[in-house]
Amino acid sequence: MNDRIKKLRDQSLNAINRLDAERALLVTNFYKSGIDSKVSTPVMRALTLNHILVNKFICINEDELIVGERGSAPKATPTYPEINLHSLEDLEILDSRHKVSFKVDEETKRIYREEIIPFWKGKSNRERIMRSMAPEWIEAYNAGIFTEFQEQRAPGHTVCGNKIYHKGMLDLMKEVRDAATQIDWKNDPLASIRNEELKAMEIAANAIILFAHRHADKLEELSDEPGNSQRKQELLEMATICRQVPAHAPRTFHEALQNYWFIHLGVITELNPWDSFNPGRLDQHLYPFYKKELEDGTLTKEKATELLQSFWIKFNNHPSPPKVGVTAQESNTYTDFCLINLGGVKPDGSDAVNEITFLILDVIEEMRLLQPGSMVQVSRVNPDNFIHRTLKITKTGFGQPSYFNTDAIVKELVRQGKSLEDARNGGASGCVEAGAFGTEAYILTGYFNLTKVLEITLNNGTDPLTGKKIGLETGPAELFRDFDDLMNAYSKQLKHFIDIKINGNNRIEQIFMEYMPVPFLSLLIDDCIANGKDYNAGGARYNTSYIQGVGLGSITDSLTALKYHVFDKKTISMSGMLKALSQNFIDFEELRFEFLYNTPKYGNDDDYADAQALSVFELFYAAVDGRPTARGGISRINFLPTTSHIYFGSVIQALPDGRKAKEPLSEGISPVQGADKKGPTAVLKSASKLDHLRTGGTLLNQKFTPSFFDDEESIEKMTALIRGYFRMNGHHIQFNVISATTLRDAQKHPEKYRDLIVRVAGYSDYFNDLGEDLQNEIIQRTEQGL
Amino acid sequence: MNKGLIFDIRRFTVHDGPGIRTTVFFKGCPLSCWWCHNPESHSCYPEESLKSLNLDGKKFSLKEMIGKWMSVEEVMSELRMDRIFYTESSGGVTFSGGEPLMQSEFLLELLKECKANNLHTTLDTSGYTDRGIIENIQPYADLFLYDLKLIDDTDHIRYTGVSNKPILENLIYLISEEKQVIIRIPVIPDITNTKKNIKAIIKFLSHLVNERKSASSIKISLLPYHSIAKNKYSRFHIDNKTMHLKDLTKESLIPLKNEFEAEGFTVRIGS
Repeated sequence: MNDRIKKLRDQSLNAINRLDAERALLVTNFYKSGIDSKVSTPVMRALTLNHILVNKFICINEDELIVGERGSAPKATPTYPEINLHSLEDLEILDSRHKVSFKVDEETKRIYREEIIPFWKGKSNRERIMRSMAPEWIEAYNAGIFTEFQEQRAPGHTVCGNKIYHKGMLDLMKEVRDAATQIDWKNDPLASIRNEELKAMEIAANAIILFAHRHADKLEELSDEPGNSQRKQELLEMATICRQVPAHAPRTFHEALQNYWFIHLGVITELNPWDSFNPGRLDQHLYPFYKKELEDGTLTKEKATELLQSFWIKFNNHPSPPKVGVTAQESNTYTDFCLINLGGVKPDGSDAVNEITFLILDVIEEMRLLQPGSMVQVSRVNPDNFIHRTLKITKTGFGQPSYFNTDAIVKELVRQGKSLEDARNGGASGCVEAGAFGTEAYILTGYFNLTKVLEITLNNGTDPLTGKKIGLETGPAELFRDFDDLMNAYSKQLKHFIDIKINGNNRIEQIFMEYMPVPFLSLLIDDCIANGKDYNAGGARYNTSYIQGVGLGSITDSLTALKYHVFDKKTISMSGMLKALSQNFIDFEELRFEFLYNTPKYGNDDDYADAQALSVFELFYAAVDGRPTARGGISRINFLPTTSHIYFGSVIQALPDGRKAKEPLSEGISPVQGADKKGPTAVLKSASKLDHLRTGGTLLNQKFTPSFFDDEESIEKMTALIRGYFRMNGHHIQFNVISATTLRDAQKHPEKYRDLIVRVAGYSDYFNDLGEDLQNEIIQRTEQGL
Repeated sequence: MNKGLIFDIRRFTVHDGPGIRTTVFFKGCPLSCWWCHNPESHSCYPEESLKSLNLDGKKFSLKEMIGKWMSVEEVMSELRMDRIFYTESSGGVTFSGGEPLMQSEFLLELLKECKANNLHTTLDTSGYTDRGIIENIQPYADLFLYDLKLIDDTDHIRYTGVSNKPILENLIYLISEEKQVIIRIPVIPDITNTKKNIKAIIKFLSHLVNERKSASSIKISLLPYHSIAKNKYSRFHIDNKTMHLKDLTKESLIPLKNEFEAEGFTVRIGS
């Protein structure tokens, strides 16, 4: 990287994460003016965005080429009091906590104490949600049966498509006006709502143009200051770019990147949507600009690289907004889950790998930044050299990019009813979630603790941790005559809690529809404009709500141990088993040894154990898939944990698989940590017995020592491993390439490993920022022996 | 039905032939090389072994049977499990040991079954067997990983327990039959890695070269000594005569590689 990039990258790496009260203050003052009682909610939200964008501080960092910061400086992170209101105590925790801290200065605390908290107390969306939830939802939520994504952040979970590369905001405003003229005032009962929504979209589109123009003004101002003439020239060029985009469609590579970046800032300033926002298929979007400009001689490969590197730094400047009521465990990450997609297929199904794909891989390798995350889409039509190149980055132990099966993703999306072309324009975002980019709102609603439901089943509806009856009385476990009795009871209990979760989801969707429209995001995702409907109200072409199953390995091994020892081999009675679990295996150490070492386990390509994974999959699928949601969407399942398997483990006592109380559960569809003894192919075989095509994503983590990537021959073997898994419809695989010795040393000497990034569960994070238990878990994960 | 004594079947082996493979380890070996990595494979009988494990501050012992009598079908069902990965990697199955040729009837049945399933087969062998056996087996083995240790017969007997006569003859036979062979030379300090032995190996291999067989078609793998099996020796109470030897790095074998390459052979370090 050149000096400019090195400087900007250092600035980004060294910037202190801090809380920035500017947005909260602007929003609060705007609401205080009382305008909200005079206009509709969508219009109020659009005017709020406009108020922020025309008043916020314009930050232009020295020597940068892509401009725009969400806060007043890199890593100055705004808050969203209309969604979740930080208490003074929250601010103290954020400021002082050891991991993933956000510095909060006295002035910010004062603003919160005097302005923000008094105004928003009782009015934030989080409080609105919590007030609306049924008592059984609250009980299940408190017991750790499930989590709720929208409690602290707005639903986002979407990815930008191709539209912004050939349409400017002025074009979209025209579309909005056209849509408004199409409103059927006579027959459409929603006519006035549509009209308000479209009005709001137009205001939002105009706001982002004003925001860009303010940057242009500032750039011109800076160019008047004394300094070197080359930079002056640059500043003027950048000003021109900011007057072109996003008002008009981009014409050049540089404009395309700057255009996306303004739009990105618009989305993450409007609200705090999940996964921030994401350019998605970046190599596809940029290729036409790159090709044309190379031919015209207006761009070089070096210049394109520098611009991409600048773009990467921009993402890294924007940590995920801090939550409230935080525990380090539940939200200890700065990652905001942007996931750049590379490769895959074109809309006609042909190989989409191009020169930009490889150029971006170079950028990823050289920049080594936490954000944006990156992944490669691997289709059978993609060449092997694309995988080889990527594996060489994986080998460096950086944890990126991860590997996704395009052919499976397309089939998953088509099964859900998307057109083939929309499916091929899709990919994965967040951790592993499949989606149709530019056309789908695919909202994650919460993690679901599949294993906790077993614990409650074994205790006849009571949570042994609290003694509260929160589930159904499915009968005392001691009276189950056979394994089928147990599974029937589990099935009823699972359905019971899924019903509670889905009822809650529907209520929360209604709240967002009514109170928190996002007119700016709605401009970007088709067909919100044509439908005259907000993104949060089901305006997108496709609307999906996911529940994420967690702990598949743990529930599978627990059920298998029950089947094997209680019902098949009868090594122990059910009451003996329950006693051992309630005593956390104290005085039952020999039994625990049997459970750990002499019991079939998921992840070894052993049908006896894997059968339980399939049963749980089917029950979960049947309970969720296809159920309609409030905004006109459909409920679906996927399997990913982020870090929730640690939280979910902490609310469960000992399990029949030999896991002791409060230890983490397994993550994604990976086997229980250390349970896989037959090597990676057996893990992949076990995992592929699940029907990935009926999910919206699964996460599989495999740890390898760097030696598996040593030479060309090893790289080819790893390629074959990926290809083999994908041939069996595996959705995703990621590699943690690191030695356990290194990790232990990093635990002892964090100061020496400040740049150590590991893949946690679908995303990468700094090892130092992980909690000790998560660090231990990563160390323990079976290293595949040679 | 014919059964074989197998002490391990390992999947995703990446050092026993091309691609991703499953390796079947036969128990029983006529040789007893000082540096053997699999000392538990020497005896021709199943053995019970206790593995000591700590859990919750208590000591537990895990009983393991080293060696299990398995039918051809039982082995085949394991071998079929990773077919998709063999396909993707141009891999297959490898028979190793111990010495698979010691259970030649069982091996032959397995090899035939593999070929009937269109699996690539590799035989990792010391070559210590009768000519008749190797003649029967070779049509079903696609690749031989063939150990060549010591040329001096007295030394060979001293360090491996058997004469190298059949080994050298069988190697000449396989080469003359134009079989795919990779000659593996375990590089053991002061034992195989002596000036005298290396010279003798080069001389022996040079005799295999003729108009039909170029030197470069002779493929050699130099395997650096490492003490990875140290724990196994103590676990199985077997006397380890190479305890004192230090591990060799790949880099330290470069001069040796150059020496073989100077003769025109195709050489690589490591398996």
